[in-house]
Amino acid sequence: MDMTRLERIDDFCWRVKRPDTTRAEARLYGDRALVAAMDDKVLEQIGNVAQLPGLVGPAMAMPDAHWGYGFPIGGVAAFDPDQGGIISAGGVGFDISCGIRCLHTTLTLDDLLPKSEKLADSLFRDIPAGVGVEGSLQLGDDDLDDIMTEGAQWAVRQGYGDGAELEFVEEHGRIKGAVPDDVSKTAKKRQRGEMGTLGSGNHYLEVQVVEKVFDRAAADAFGVREGQIVVSIHCGSRGLGHQIGTEYLVSLAKAAGRLGITLPDRELACAPINSPEGQQYLGAMNAAINVALANRQILAHLARRTITHFFPQARLDTLFDVSHNTCKVENHEFERKKRWLYVHRKGATRAFGPGNPAIPLKYREVGQPVIIGGSMGTGSYILAGTKESETRAFSSASHGAGRQMSRHAALKLWHGRTLIDELRANGILIRTRSMRGAAEEAPGAYKDVDAVAAATEGAGLAKRVAFLRPKVCVKG
Amino acid sequence: MSTSVNARSAGYFEHAADIGIIGRGLSVEAAFEGAACAMFAIMAEPGRVAGETITANIEFIEDDVEFALVQWLNALLAAAREQRGVFTEFHLTRDGSRWRGAAHGARWNADDELGTEVKGATLTALAVQPTAEGWEARCVVDV
Repeated sequence: MDMTRLERIDDFCWRVKRPDTTRAEARLYGDRALVAAMDDKVLEQIGNVAQLPGLVGPAMAMPDAHWGYGFPIGGVAAFDPDQGGIISAGGVGFDISCGIRCLHTTLTLDDLLPKSEKLADSLFRDIPAGVGVEGSLQLGDDDLDDIMTEGAQWAVRQGYGDGAELEFVEEHGRIKGAVPDDVSKTAKKRQRGEMGTLGSGNHYLEVQVVEKVFDRAAADAFGVREGQIVVSIHCGSRGLGHQIGTEYLVSLAKAAGRLGITLPDRELACAPINSPEGQQYLGAMNAAINVALANRQILAHLARRTITHFFPQARLDTLFDVSHNTCKVENHEFERKKRWLYVHRKGATRAFGPGNPAIPLKYREVGQPVIIGGSMGTGSYILAGTKESETRAFSSASHGAGRQMSRHAALKLWHGRTLIDELRANGILIRTRSMRGAAEEAPGAYKDVDAVAAATEGAGLAKRVAFLRPKVCVKG
Repeated sequence: MSTSVNARSAGYFEHAADIGIIGRGLSVEAAFEGAACAMFAIMAEPGRVAGETITANIEFIEDDVEFALVQWLNALLAAAREQRGVFTEFHLTRDGSRWRGAAHGARWNADDELGTEVKGATLTALAVQPTAEGWEARCVVDV
């Protein structure tokens, strides 16, 4: 990153210098080292986002930001429909509502270790993962329409888990405003065999141990303590979401001129929120969010079933389920005025602070759980949203470690089998059908997750609660 | 003539999070075939998936040659996903804005070595350009 193009606001916030003629502002969050290591493309992309109509406040990049398509990964931007604000398919991404479901358990590391090999094998057998791998469900269009409108509530109705845990899922497992008719037949076809599947790339199911607690009060509220086993599931809306993303990206890019929008980058394909095109994308995107919520509900149930086979007395309850590729309608105060805004988070997590009524009552005093998913060899963080994040970033925070190296470069540096053997020697069991995927996901291909989490806290976006070390990882 | 994977017709370029693919050929259509080869080679090593044969016919109308590349790749991805397989051979023709293609490949077997799933072709770094040897088609695919 060319740091001369940035003005320092404070130790963790940087403003992109702009010509006098440009009103819009773009900001990068992170300490100097993280920001300096970001690709210049992040600057270019967040600068482009800042030019979109109806932007409220700055366009922002989180501490884990890296070059994406359209928005940078780690990009956050809020738009006001009453000021010509837009909704952008490129601001959500293809893996709509990709996110993390985290379950806390009554197990400890001592319970896990004697059985970890067999558990890893069983999870690998029971959790459909990888390109081309389907789940046990084969669904018709009517079922899919129900999933698109009911989300995780559909999955509970089918016997996947308990309705009570939906309190700990964003939107209680079902977002309103989904319109299955705005989803193409092709998208529905792609989803027929994909409910209850993990997918590929950076998706995973991990059995982790809570290695360190940073904030005792928040950890107590979340039901987390050192030595405890937790399970995290990272995946999204699968083929249906991918198809919606691809279709609307092209159709909105082609429609932009007709809708009077000059796109600084075609990938920022968007439409005014109050246009028929914008509403249509919103209906389809919400349908995909519900599919993702249902998918993680099913996978959580499958994981619970496998783990309780080994540990019949164990309880696995949802700590929280939060997405990081969405556009959501939220009420935020900006310039002393409450406004309904369309907040795009592409590779960024919602992070409501204490007192927000959308947070489960049990967590309301400490803030919403935020999950930063790290690499399979390093670890992940649970954080809590802060009051400060509301004014800093429309209540948003980092979502992962963030890549620091391309997949192509990672393939040149690491070999899947060797890497898996090295991780095993370090007490981390990997199960995957893709040696290529393992090499692409090498821990060294990611930024330092400790630095990202510390910068997220330093920037006031969320505070660290606990660090999780992977013990078993099923990779897609 | 159809295109199957080889180093001359297919290649890659760097992208931080995803993967840039390149197709090359004597014509735009051949370059598109090469891009499809590059894309599917991310998901499975060519020749390593040997299940039941699958085929797909792709047809679409698109004036803009760059959007046509994205539509071609995404139509192939959707067809492959629907048939639970990967394609390894491609043939594409063009009559004005009407594009007609065919793809052949194989269904996944339970014990196949998998690559990385491609979610879709993006508009990032999207370009279809003449070169000294013919044509080159490129874009970033989301994985």
